[in-house]
Amino acid sequence: MANQVLDVKGLNCPLPILRAKKALKDVPIGGTLQVLATDPGAVKDFEAFCRTTGNDLVEAKTEGEVFSFLIKRGS
Amino acid sequence: MADSNSKRMSIIVTKGSLDWAYPPFILSTTAAAMGLEVTMFFTFYGLTLLKKKLDLKVTTLGNAAMEMPMFGMHIGMPNLMSAVPGVDAATTAMMKNLIKRKGVASIEELRAAAVDADVKMIACQMTMDLFEYTPDDLIEGPVLGGAATYIETATKSDINLFI
Repeated sequence: MANQVLDVKGLNCPLPILRAKKALKDVPIGGTLQVLATDPGAVKDFEAFCRTTGNDLVEAKTEGEVFSFLIKRGS
Repeated sequence: MADSNSKRMSIIVTKGSLDWAYPPFILSTTAAAMGLEVTMFFTFYGLTLLKKKLDLKVTTLGNAAMEMPMFGMHIGMPNLMSAVPGVDAATTAMMKNLIKRKGVASIEELRAAAVDADVKMIACQMTMDLFEYTPDDLIEGPVLGGAATYIETATKSDINLFI
């Protein structure tokens, strides 16, 4: 279970990333944030975001129309 | 938060219409979220994006590729329609409606996010003089500067964009 869950369903680029960045601040280092989104562009974007920021994209999956990302906070 | 080792990006913002306001603010807020130190230089019509109260519009004029989704298809917006009174206002209303419906952030929201993320903003002093704006017309935060201020930033940046 993630430390925190962020629901950005219905929001479009770049809001899912901006909201996730904000939410990650409240996650302890090593803790996890689950992001729920409906923006198909978020799939590539969260991969790029995590690679660039040193956070770990532990899991990315699709459940119906919802994309779910599990991000482990790096530093 | 960006530190002294972070990558840097600068953007020259030259346009102030509703559609053209998006790319610079989307890229600056996203880059800041990804740890980059970002500077935006607002010049000519781009400067109006720093006004306290934004009243952004979109025009069909010169936007030869503009199409709007209507009636289940895409309707081209002929350049000449811009000359008809009320058409640009209607197009702007249509665009704002789409923006809201599709979960796209407003420019006001993105600008606030940029300020929040410590994106550095430079307001072009020459443009201020040219179009007779005072710092009072602008939001708080931007510093006044000119081409040299921008160039100094650009020489230290990994990414420099002109929009």
